[in-house]
Amino acid sequence: MTLTPRSKTLVIMPAWNEAESVFSTVQEVLEHGPDCDVLVVDDGSTDATARLAAEAGARVIRLPFNMGVGGAMRTGFKYALQHGYEQAIQVDADGQHDPREIQRVLDGLANADIVIGSRFEDRKEYEVKGPRKWAMVVLGGVLSRISGTRLTDVTSGFRAANRRAIRQYVAHYPAEYLGDTIDSLVVAVRSGCTVAQVPVNMRARQGGTPSHHPVKAAVYLVRSGLALVFALTRKKSSPVGD
Amino acid sequence: MTIVAVLFVVVVLVFVIEMLRRQKIREKYAVLWIVIGIGTLVLAAFPDLLFWAARVIGVQVPSNLLFAIALILLLGVTLHLSREVSSSEDEIRSLAEEVAILRADLRDVQGQLPAEREPRPRP
Ligand SMILES: Nc1nc2c(ncn2[C@@H]2O[C@H](COP(=O)(O)OP(=O)(O)O)[C@@H](O)[C@H]2O)c(=O)[nH]1
Ligand SMILES: [Mg+2]
Repeated sequence: MTLTPRSKTLVIMPAWNEAESVFSTVQEVLEHGPDCDVLVVDDGSTDATARLAAEAGARVIRLPFNMGVGGAMRTGFKYALQHGYEQAIQVDADGQHDPREIQRVLDGLANADIVIGSRFEDRKEYEVKGPRKWAMVVLGGVLSRISGTRLTDVTSGFRAANRRAIRQYVAHYPAEYLGDTIDSLVVAVRSGCTVAQVPVNMRARQGGTPSHHPVKAAVYLVRSGLALVFALTRKKSSPVGD
Repeated sequence: MTIVAVLFVVVVLVFVIEMLRRQKIREKYAVLWIVIGIGTLVLAAFPDLLFWAARVIGVQVPSNLLFAIALILLLGVTLHLSREVSSSEDEIRSLAEEVAILRADLRDVQGQLPAEREPRPRP
């Protein structure tokens, strides 16, 4: 039955109006990535994203309205849990995450529940500037402290999760979708998930436009900070058992 | 003046109850308005109550007390509504996620059915 996974790994790809790049990204993952199923979560796109993703060989979930990356990821994790996948990894539809590095990020799950594919200072192929950079530094410092690991790129979307983390995400993924990457990480760490990071290259977008405008970037910084404060002051969620 | 106030409140109350009767408004919201309406009726019927309360609390102009109470009540109602809308929105999001997953699964199941279904021969 196709409802049971063909592979034990699910690649979750949030996509919003990524018609220009989604086809090649999915193909590239299937070709150069590890053995995996690809799930594209089409978030109310108005272009041909869903059709192109399916043509490239991905399974497609179409959300009825735009819910943001956080909502799309929670849907993906629910799917992974319901269909019995052992591990899941987020890969952006814009091709910025190199499919050849998926296996390396997944390998990190050997010693952690969540693995972040991180841009390191010394790998300068993709530079981050402005508010996003400051956010990365400040938030990275705080998150490193509470997770007990040095984390240099907490806003990175290139993230793998094992079953324990998937279950945790499904149960407690912030419904607010407020600074989703930060919030979800804090919640997971505080309920006992361990985090590790693996150095990766971040490539240029393969097409289309980034969703972050300068103004949006500033708002993003404020929201991330707020999300962090809220997440830290919220009551600890209990770890989700098997 | 009093009669106008009383009439106004009665009209509002009748309107709320009528909405409740037609199930246009949920009980938990209607209750709030009915309580506020009855409170206002009492105040309109016994204006001395307001003067007495103003004196006890130490508000010099009784009407200011009325305004303050009205503001606080409206603030409470609005906050309550914001909260209800937020939780409704969460529920809608959850449902949307479930529906989207179910639709994908349904498509997979349909793909497995034989393309042409012939009526099963009766034994
Ligand atoms: N599901 C969903 N995906 C989105 C949304 N906005 C952006 N994305 C996807 O998230 C990924 C990263 O987006 P991008 O704009 O490149 O952000 P950046 O790489 O963090 O600067 C891409 O795959 C986008 O298609 C959204 O509202 N919903
Ligand atoms: Mg990107």
